[in-house]
Amino acid sequence: MLDGTKAETTERTALRINPAKTCQPIGAMYAALGIHGCMPHSHGSQGCCSYHRSHLTRHYKEPVMATTSSFTEGSAVFGGLANLTTALQNIFSIYNPDVVAIHTTCLSEVIGDDIPTIIKKARDEGKVPEGKVVIHTNTPSFVGSHVTGFSNMVTSTIKYLAEKTGKTTDRLNVIPGYLDPSDILEIKRLLGILGVNSILLPDTSGVLDTGLDGNYTMFPKGGTTVEDIKSMGDSFATIACGHFASHAAATQLENQCNVPAGFLELPIGLTGTDRFINAVRQYATIDIPEAIEEERARLIDLMSDLHQYLHGKTVAIAGDPDHVIAMTQFLVDLDMKPKYVVTGTPGQFFERRIAEILKDSGSNATVKQFGDLFELHQWIKQEPVDLIIGNSYNKHIARVENIPLIRFGFPILDRGTHRLFPTVGYTGAKRLIDEMVNAVLDKKDRECDEQWFELIQ
Amino acid sequence: MKDIEIIPEREGQVQRKGDASTPMACNKKSTAGSVSQRACVFCGSRVVLYPISDALHVVHGPIGCAAYTWDIRGSLSSGQQLHRNSFSTDLREMDVIYGGEKKLLLALRQLIARYKPKAAFIYSTCIVGVIGDDVEAVCRTMTAEAGIPVIPVHSEGFKGTKKDGYRAACEAVASLLGTGSTEDVKPHSVNILGDFNLAGETWIIKKYYERMGIQVVTCITGDAKIEDIRRAHGAKLNLVQCSGSMTHLAKMMEEKYGIPFKRVSYFGIEDMSAALYDTAKFFSDDPTIMQRAQDLVREEVGNIYPQLQAYREELQGKKAAIYVGGSFKAFSLVRALRLIGMQTAVVGSQTGGPDDYKQLAEICDEGTIIVDDSNPLELAKFVLEKDVDLFIGGVKERPIAYKLGVAFCDHNHERKEPLAGYVGMLNFAKEVYSSVMSPVWNFVPRRQPGRAHTGMPSAQEKSVSLEEKIP
Ligand code: SF4
Ligand code: SF4
Repeated sequence: MLDGTKAETTERTALRINPAKTCQPIGAMYAALGIHGCMPHSHGSQGCCSYHRSHLTRHYKEPVMATTSSFTEGSAVFGGLANLTTALQNIFSIYNPDVVAIHTTCLSEVIGDDIPTIIKKARDEGKVPEGKVVIHTNTPSFVGSHVTGFSNMVTSTIKYLAEKTGKTTDRLNVIPGYLDPSDILEIKRLLGILGVNSILLPDTSGVLDTGLDGNYTMFPKGGTTVEDIKSMGDSFATIACGHFASHAAATQLENQCNVPAGFLELPIGLTGTDRFINAVRQYATIDIPEAIEEERARLIDLMSDLHQYLHGKTVAIAGDPDHVIAMTQFLVDLDMKPKYVVTGTPGQFFERRIAEILKDSGSNATVKQFGDLFELHQWIKQEPVDLIIGNSYNKHIARVENIPLIRFGFPILDRGTHRLFPTVGYTGAKRLIDEMVNAVLDKKDRECDEQWFELIQ
Repeated sequence: MKDIEIIPEREGQVQRKGDASTPMACNKKSTAGSVSQRACVFCGSRVVLYPISDALHVVHGPIGCAAYTWDIRGSLSSGQQLHRNSFSTDLREMDVIYGGEKKLLLALRQLIARYKPKAAFIYSTCIVGVIGDDVEAVCRTMTAEAGIPVIPVHSEGFKGTKKDGYRAACEAVASLLGTGSTEDVKPHSVNILGDFNLAGETWIIKKYYERMGIQVVTCITGDAKIEDIRRAHGAKLNLVQCSGSMTHLAKMMEEKYGIPFKRVSYFGIEDMSAALYDTAKFFSDDPTIMQRAQDLVREEVGNIYPQLQAYREELQGKKAAIYVGGSFKAFSLVRALRLIGMQTAVVGSQTGGPDDYKQLAEICDEGTIIVDDSNPLELAKFVLEKDVDLFIGGVKERPIAYKLGVAFCDHNHERKEPLAGYVGMLNFAKEVYSSVMSPVWNFVPRRQPGRAHTGMPSAQEKSVSLEEKIP
């Protein structure tokens, strides 16, 4: 199939082939699922909502709930006021969530529906029961990407809900970013060992990774509660992981409630996790417990055991900007050579930051924001790499070019377990090394001539 | 689990066989605010046209609509794989303000130069319908310029339901008909309509017809090539599977080219055999066709019957819930399940019409719950109420079934084994068996009554003898 891809790059101004991103609403939907008892609501036609739910289900292998305004031609002409009002009424009377988190779609954005006014009207008309929360965010897909949508929803949640009472608590806010539930659990585990009380927003653990208990509940146990989100305004500090997915929300909270914020990258890999732990240490003024030192030492031990297999290996990385930035840093830690670094999400910051990370690494990388996988494939055709790191959509390139693919990021549609193993923290770093080294050695075992095939590598 | 209510507005869309008097109030847009399982017009068009593998499929709109439909259907192609790429105009803010026509034109020009496709389909998504791009005009310009059919597909999501998308796809296909030579089309020839070659199913069916001495001119759209579609009007009969999507095209072809059509289904022994016999009857001028059909059925059924019997013995009396896209498929599934000893307790579809539901009620047992355009809560309620052993559905239903501790079979586009034809019936039985009989269900709470919710014993329960040594 992708043998249709040629190495020569011709002028391509007006089209996208094989994207490395998707649209805003799915990110907003995912973020909203990290609020306890929340029903994400898609204000648009029913197709978008159906696609987003299916897509999330394919990655998380879990039921994904969301409602839709079910636009018709009439709504496209006259606006979605009636649909949204009816929807709110139905959602509360049938599903009875604590929160409805509305996001827009391309259609309702272009029509220009004024969501806050519609919410207010529904409230005034008694269609939103007492004590229930309705929030919204704008997610036009012709701007940004799914990461932008995620960020918008988290920021809006804070805007709507966070309050400052003036009494600072002993809790630390963590805005972890567009991570899998297993990653969130790992961050919580680390914070537990550090002995720091925390509030994570959003928190999809316990929502999109529940066990089989014979029940089907629309609103599982997990998710950040409204009460906790409110009290984020009183926390002593915020740590936000990821420039694209989390920093806007932390800035909002800083401006709104004066909570000092630390702007970090995702705690993926050694340096990334070190920075995270250090930030927590400083904000909470604690000493780092021995247990954490030990975890870190084990990772470094592993890195030393295996460094010769990874030295100088060239890598193509594609995916969401925060993930790719953190991964690039980790690859540098591992003495590997990022060669092509791509995100589909627009934003100049990405290219600047990657250049900074690679400055002293001797790596001569091609870096691109707002790129796509077709172009990545063309580069690989011109000069191949040893490894590809990215989501499932890279498997076509991996197959045609016979390059091992390390599945990483969102979405992973063709494997079942990635969502259950964290990539963050020292634990996650160990898993990433495991996958990379095994991929390199497996390929060699499989393909080298018999005379070079050895029991011990 | 607490009682789940049915949304009042949906009451007309749920029936129980035995106490339903009014016809099903289906074909409605989903209720605003319900967790609908339904997709949009664009989705309908996209799934129908997608398998045409030597055409360019360009999604005109923002990135999402293109991203979610990128290579997610297992429609296999024997030749080119062009359809498995994702091409879109990825509309941005400026395009929304100033219009996307120029961008579309440029995109098409660049793509056609690069891939030299046999035709191009341009899908309009919601936003295009609102910003008012004249996609038709762009297509006309490109058709003239590139010398290939560049076909607009009017699939703005909000302009109806998935069914309207099927219709738009049919119209796009129809524009290609009658443009190729029918010289080598034989007197005993058919088109297969509404099979999408999931897991290679079209190939299986095609071989059956060929063994009967019948030429298959084209399949619309499983493994379809533009050249074949262009001469599809030469066939003598259209065989329409997945009636929801293709009846419109069949009717158009009947009107314009006088080609009659028959509704068929390739799922299950009964329906598969009926499809072959009906076709043979149509070509009664050559009795050897019927003879060959009979031989084929005998041979194929003989091949799978002993194994089916074995499955039947194991599965006898188990209950199933079915929730699929098209109602016609639901009929076949009810029958196929019966063949392996299973009973259908709940059945529903996303796109059935009133007649379909009536027919469905006729073939179901007393008390079977019949639903139109359902939502997860409703489905879960019925699954528990009827204590079913198997759920047959699509991607969104799978995790719900598993959470309830119920086996699952994907009969939607994510199936990876062919389920059509005789071999498909056997595969189906195998799949159902492997899921229903999996030991994992013995560990789930529903099969461990009286236990705490995880199925673990309480502190007092003496279920393990601690003194006893394991030899
Ligand atoms: S219309 Fe917009 S929101 Fe809906 S799927 Fe397409 S890109 Fe996403
Ligand atoms: S934007 Fe419209 S066409 Fe695209 S997925 Fe949504 S409803 Fe369908």
